Amino acid sequence: MTLNRRGFLKISGAGAAAALTGCATQPGASAARARVVVVGAGFGGATCAKYLRQWGPNIDVTLIEPNDKFVSCPISNWVIGGLRSMDDITHGYDKLPRHGIKMVKDTVVAIDPAKRTIKTRGGASIGYDRLVLAPGIEILTDTVKGFKEAEAAGKVVHAWKAGAQTAQLRKQLEAMPDGGTFVMSVPTAPYRCPPGPYERACMVAHYFKQAKPRSKITLLDGNPDIASKKALFMDAWNTFYPGMIDYRPNNAPLAVDGGTMTVTTEFDAVKGDVLNVVPKQRAGELCALAGARNDSAGNWCTVNFATFESTTVPNVHIIGDSVLSSLPKSGHMATNMAKVCAAAIVELLAGRQPDPIPVVANTCYSATSGTTSGYVANVYRFEAGKGYVNQPEGGATGKGDELNFSYNASWAKNIWAEVLS
Amino acid sequence: MYKKTTLALAGFVGLALSGIAGAADIHTKSISSTCMSCHGPGGKSLGTIPSLAGLDKDYFVKSMKDFKAGTRAATIMKRHAAGYTDAEIEAMAAYFASLK
Repeated sequence: MTLNRRGFLKISGAGAAAALTGCATQPGASAARARVVVVGAGFGGATCAKYLRQWGPNIDVTLIEPNDKFVSCPISNWVIGGLRSMDDITHGYDKLPRHGIKMVKDTVVAIDPAKRTIKTRGGASIGYDRLVLAPGIEILTDTVKGFKEAEAAGKVVHAWKAGAQTAQLRKQLEAMPDGGTFVMSVPTAPYRCPPGPYERACMVAHYFKQAKPRSKITLLDGNPDIASKKALFMDAWNTFYPGMIDYRPNNAPLAVDGGTMTVTTEFDAVKGDVLNVVPKQRAGELCALAGARNDSAGNWCTVNFATFESTTVPNVHIIGDSVLSSLPKSGHMATNMAKVCAAAIVELLAGRQPDPIPVVANTCYSATSGTTSGYVANVYRFEAGKGYVNQPEGGATGKGDELNFSYNASWAKNIWAEVLS
Repeated sequence: MYKKTTLALAGFVGLALSGIAGAADIHTKSISSTCMSCHGPGGKSLGTIPSLAGLDKDYFVKSMKDFKAGTRAATIMKRHAAGYTDAEIEAMAAYFASLK
């Protein structure tokens, strides 16, 4: 191959661009077109990619996601309770490319923070100036003895990532005879969606009340008490489902046996007709690939809260459930972290100071019946040295109602549109 | 604590505004965007939650201040409104008023 003068200049240009991206956080680097790679197109990742393009129209944004469709964890309990279908919580990614996001359907298998490159299973090698990881949680099935075997045999599900197991749990409940027992376990905190287990108990109870009124629910909670919206759930259980839900705190599952359909805790061995064990969790494996699953136990990621950049791996940002913080692990919170992260990356790539005092908020609705919901809502303001400080007026409703159910359904429609369109 | 934050904010907003005349500063854009997780993309709601795009600035400010004070009935909005400074509410009002 011979190089003419123009070809040589082109290569010089590419080399110059590469050199510039090496100091892309410095003023003057904006001449190079910065590249941001976002991995994981859930609530956090898809939102981050969209806002990076909106606020940084000169940034090249690649969004890598192995799944064809977005399946929402919020509202998945409504599917289990029969209020909604899988179709209702399943959405396409087809609108995201309109923002100029390059979508790549693949799985990231290696991250090299020194060379600022990721590798995919499909064989692609993609360079970045900034990398955003939004993998959600990894479910630690090994922490419950027998879980993997029982799961493979179709005898137990976690259904804590919306998808096939959501549909499977619904089918198992439909097949269960009246008078059967649904056994569910709640992991010790921190875990994804603190009120989720208690909402799920409400949704299953709602279904049983209509279709199988002699059935029972045993809720084995690894925590000492209902971890979120306690007054709301206690009111619902007493008002709508009296005598149906046997709640047992301090009862983390140690083992599950798919043959005898038994969940064993430190104190109890509970037999059920349908078993839903939710094991403990940690930050998604992607974070470990980057060396960013860096808290003392190696489970979660510590970040700079003004930028969501890893405290130990430069140019790698982590958002959503994988972050170690006092913020709730919710889809809604992931969208807020995504926006703060996107804004910070745009500023950093332009050589400007990111917003030093970002604010995030959480809004979380839970259905308590087929027509009622309650909420928890909080605003968290970043303060240097303290992290995100929960503002004093935040809090939860003590009683569900129809108006909040309507807002709950509207919230879902709006946040899905916000994330995906 | 709160006073310090407000002063820091005032300083930061001033700095950002001096850079991009006429455009909303990044803090305002960021906090306004968080509203859209409930109120819909671009502040346009698809359901019973009200839209924010194109709302009259004064109406937005009065609503938020009334929510904050508890003089307007609300479900979650008192919880949210109380988390923002008056300066932020003014800035968000201008931002949403500018959206079509």
